Amino acid sequence: MPTTTETGNYETVQTLETFGFLPKMDQREIEEQIAYVLANGWSPSIEHEHPSRSFNHYWTMWKLPFFGERDLATVVAELEACHRAYPDHHVRLIGYDNYTQSQGASFVVYEGRA
Amino acid sequence: MSVKTYEAGVKEYREKYWTPDYVPLDTDLLACFKVTGQPGVPREEVAAAVAAESSTGTWSTVWSELLTDLEYYKGRAYRIEDVPGDSESFYAFVAYPLDLFEEGSIVNVLTSLVGNVFGFKALKHLRLEDIRFPIAYIKTCNGPPAGIQVERDRLNKYGRPMLGATIKPKLGLSAKNYGRAVYECLRGGLDMTKDDENVNSQPFMRWQDRFEFVGEAIQKAEQETGERKGHYLNVTAPDPEQMYERAEFAKAVGCPIIMHDFLTGGFTANTGLAKWCRRNNMLLHIHRAMHAVIDRHPKHGIHFRVLAKCLRLSGGDHLHTGTVVGKLEGDRNSTLGFVDQLRESFVPEDRSRGVFFDQDWGSLPGVMAVASGGIHVWHMPALVTIFGDDSMLQFGGGTQGHPWGNAAGAAANRVALEASVKARNQGRQIEKEARDILTEAARTSPELAIAMETWKEIKFEFETVDKLDVA
Repeated sequence: MPTTTETGNYETVQTLETFGFLPKMDQREIEEQIAYVLANGWSPSIEHEHPSRSFNHYWTMWKLPFFGERDLATVVAELEACHRAYPDHHVRLIGYDNYTQSQGASFVVYEGRA
Repeated sequence: MSVKTYEAGVKEYREKYWTPDYVPLDTDLLACFKVTGQPGVPREEVAAAVAAESSTGTWSTVWSELLTDLEYYKGRAYRIEDVPGDSESFYAFVAYPLDLFEEGSIVNVLTSLVGNVFGFKALKHLRLEDIRFPIAYIKTCNGPPAGIQVERDRLNKYGRPMLGATIKPKLGLSAKNYGRAVYECLRGGLDMTKDDENVNSQPFMRWQDRFEFVGEAIQKAEQETGERKGHYLNVTAPDPEQMYERAEFAKAVGCPIIMHDFLTGGFTANTGLAKWCRRNNMLLHIHRAMHAVIDRHPKHGIHFRVLAKCLRLSGGDHLHTGTVVGKLEGDRNSTLGFVDQLRESFVPEDRSRGVFFDQDWGSLPGVMAVASGGIHVWHMPALVTIFGDDSMLQFGGGTQGHPWGNAAGAAANRVALEASVKARNQGRQIEKEARDILTEAARTSPELAIAMETWKEIKFEFETVDKLDVA
């Protein structure tokens, strides 16, 4: 075990809120999180933005939220389509919870190039 | 129409105030007291005395009673129940007509319900266990300045509990060194930090100085991490004028949130500050110093669920609730019972959680539950399970006690939190699988690995003093 005489240097990292401190998720892990959104009955929605503007509250929506969508494959395909269209942008998935009028989930699936 | 005549003298309370046939109105304010009478006094008489002394009654009949209609104004003891596992005490249920209380005044409600009656000689002990506030009364209260959803939107925090820490040492740092500790926590991954409740404006660190340095710390951390940050600047002050002056300055330095101690500061100050926050788009964090004086004795005082309900009505966006697992007192079911009261729009009666009444909160915003005190990374999966997403988990020593310092401690907590949330969303039993989940996460986070090593032996396992009443 390292002692205090071997103190490490913690470098500040740019992060994108929830799950920003975990290693990049693989495809299966991303799908598990999408499944969680769908299982809660939340409406999946996709947003993208250039990294230079990622601090803004509003990112640009990719189409409309996918109201009533129950199919995981459709959500995955839309995320990929958004990423193809905006390869430099961050792409995040949101789960809109209309009961709390909030977002039950929100995390970045693809990171753009700064 | 009055047909009564005046008879001076002392009557038994139960003649007027014990009404077992009474069916409470939807507009009545209902209270449940745990009553321990002096030996030999009948339960009905003691219950009636509580109802009388907390509403319209006094010890002797007075002629001027006949100038009004006390049948309309009086509180009524309408039910008595045994306390499970306790032959000495009983529950007394009292209904109070709505007109006994000034609109929007928690101060007035408490002055009546927990006023003189608590010193009444016929009682050995008295404890206010629960209040059912009628929706008609709730609509007269301002409540939390923002509420859970608004806070999430302002700070861009979704799908997980928020992470915080109280800055330590709690007393004695200069403002510049204090701001350094704040900056280090925030850059490492905490969402917010907190002034300790003892920090007001002492000679070693005056409030203006602290607010300016903390303002810079927040700004720098936001720029470098790309995430939204805050620090609860404590505006609790010797008088309301200074409290508002500090609140204005907190807003001026760009801090999104301030804090207040609602019991030592008092409900008048708290309600005023909550209204100021609503007008000024500021969040309000509430500390609860002095609560254990009032709520810890199982037979006397006020249960914390009542204080929590009163705070939601008076106004606050965060309230400390205990941790269940940390260094401070807190029974799990009882804690869940009042956490519901803070966050839900309707809470049904549930004796297994100490909830004595259905409570409809209407459109009043919710309050974020704050778990703080003696918690560290090993507790994370349990905390996520107990408190869910709408909570603020605060690791003071558990962040700043990290061998590499605050930033690494913050990162360790953030990794543990996100790993727990991720695993929960995957459907795993995170409380049971805590060790596996944290060990996996530590593989890619040396900060977490060291935190786990540092705090692996620390537990706080003492019996709870204030338990729920069960046989």
